[in-house]
Amino acid sequence: MSMNVKYKIQDLNLHYGEFHALKNINLDLPEREITAFIGPSGCGKSTLLKTLNRMNDLVEGCRIDGTVRLDGEDIFDRMDVNILRRRVGMVFQKPNPFPMSIYDNIAFGPRTHGIHSKSKLDEIVEKSLQNAAIWDEVKDRLHKSALGMSGGQQQRLCIARALAIEPEVLLMDEPTSALDPISTMKVEDLVQELKQNYTIVMVTHNMQQATRVSDKTAFFLLGEVVEFNQTSELFSMPKDQRTENYITGRFG
Amino acid sequence: MRVRFDQELSAMHNDLISMAAMVETAISRAVEALKYRDAKLAKQTMDGDKEIDKKERNIESSCLKLLLQQQPVARDLREISTALKMITDMERIGDLAEDIAEVTLFLCERPAYTAPEQVSYMAEATIKMVRDAIDSFIMKDLVKAHSVIEYDDIVDRLFMETRKELIESIHTSMEDAEQAMDVMMIAKYFERIGDHAVNISEWVEFSITGTHKNIRVL
Repeated sequence: MSMNVKYKIQDLNLHYGEFHALKNINLDLPEREITAFIGPSGCGKSTLLKTLNRMNDLVEGCRIDGTVRLDGEDIFDRMDVNILRRRVGMVFQKPNPFPMSIYDNIAFGPRTHGIHSKSKLDEIVEKSLQNAAIWDEVKDRLHKSALGMSGGQQQRLCIARALAIEPEVLLMDEPTSALDPISTMKVEDLVQELKQNYTIVMVTHNMQQATRVSDKTAFFLLGEVVEFNQTSELFSMPKDQRTENYITGRFG
Repeated sequence: MRVRFDQELSAMHNDLISMAAMVETAISRAVEALKYRDAKLAKQTMDGDKEIDKKERNIESSCLKLLLQQQPVARDLREISTALKMITDMERIGDLAEDIAEVTLFLCERPAYTAPEQVSYMAEATIKMVRDAIDSFIMKDLVKAHSVIEYDDIVDRLFMETRKELIESIHTSMEDAEQAMDVMMIAKYFERIGDHAVNISEWVEFSITGTHKNIRVL
């Protein structure tokens, strides 16, 4: 198990206007491991996830203090946001395939980054779909619309699309909340496979999913990280009473 | 708030208390039957074991249902898994009380024999251990759980003393050797009841601290 820190978050505070959404966050997210963010709605976990690839930059009234370092480089300092987003892919709650063919969905990112050779794109498309465990299901209809796929397939397509630009980190915001149980299991298995090569940060409302999938878990409440620990320990012997109350469903 | 879950947990606790009471009664009856050479009471004790087995099954079923339906974590998970472990030991204690009653039946058919007084001390000590072990779970009392574990040394010492006295008694007179052997078995059963009470207490410790015999289980 690698103990390298991929993201180092120090004294991070985020305000949306008057609202203090993230308070003094200090977290080290380990490389090639899966970190789960859990907590009630509005606790700041998705805000932090979006901060990791600077998706809050353009939100009006958003002010960020503190540092977020990716492999030691401050993402708010001299880092080009395009380079950041090439290194950090994102998968959202609802599958959002582009209204185009399966092939073009995957090739979209690489083309944007200047790859136009058909053979190179073919290679990227196949590799990405294979890595997202969906190649066998779609290889015979690559030029059909992605919108005709099932929800679970669409979400794995979106994961494949994120992988196509060869990122180092995958941010996942409730990636299975819109999926049926079988698709959910497929995505969970896939995420486990992907951690061999990627650092994964996942927001989830499904506590069992956090216990099944993640190595470490951070529990958020009212913009603060209450507890951050190995998942097995956090779910068996939490240190903070607020964590215990939340995970055992006795919150409030 | 998980009202239904809390109610089901509380019902499971009550079932455990009731199983503990059944087990205590079984040991007490076995002790009484032995003391007064009461064959009828010994038979009653043996018949009572079926009820203990039934109770174990009921609690096991409730715990598995809670695991299936509530997918507990943290202290809930520790409590339910501890309950599942405890009932196995409690059921074994019930079996041992039945075994004591069975040997008592043999003793009743033979000439009266005065067992070493340590045997009745063992009986008292093990009843206390079982009671305290269950109480420590219900009250989440770590100190009490540890005291049960320590108390086992007393039972072990009483067992060794009983053994010594019985060997001496056989040396003195071979006439009572058969009864002496039966009493030796009874003493061994009490000693094992003590061991099961220790097992229960060790799981109670896990339920409170997440650690079982100094090893973190999860």
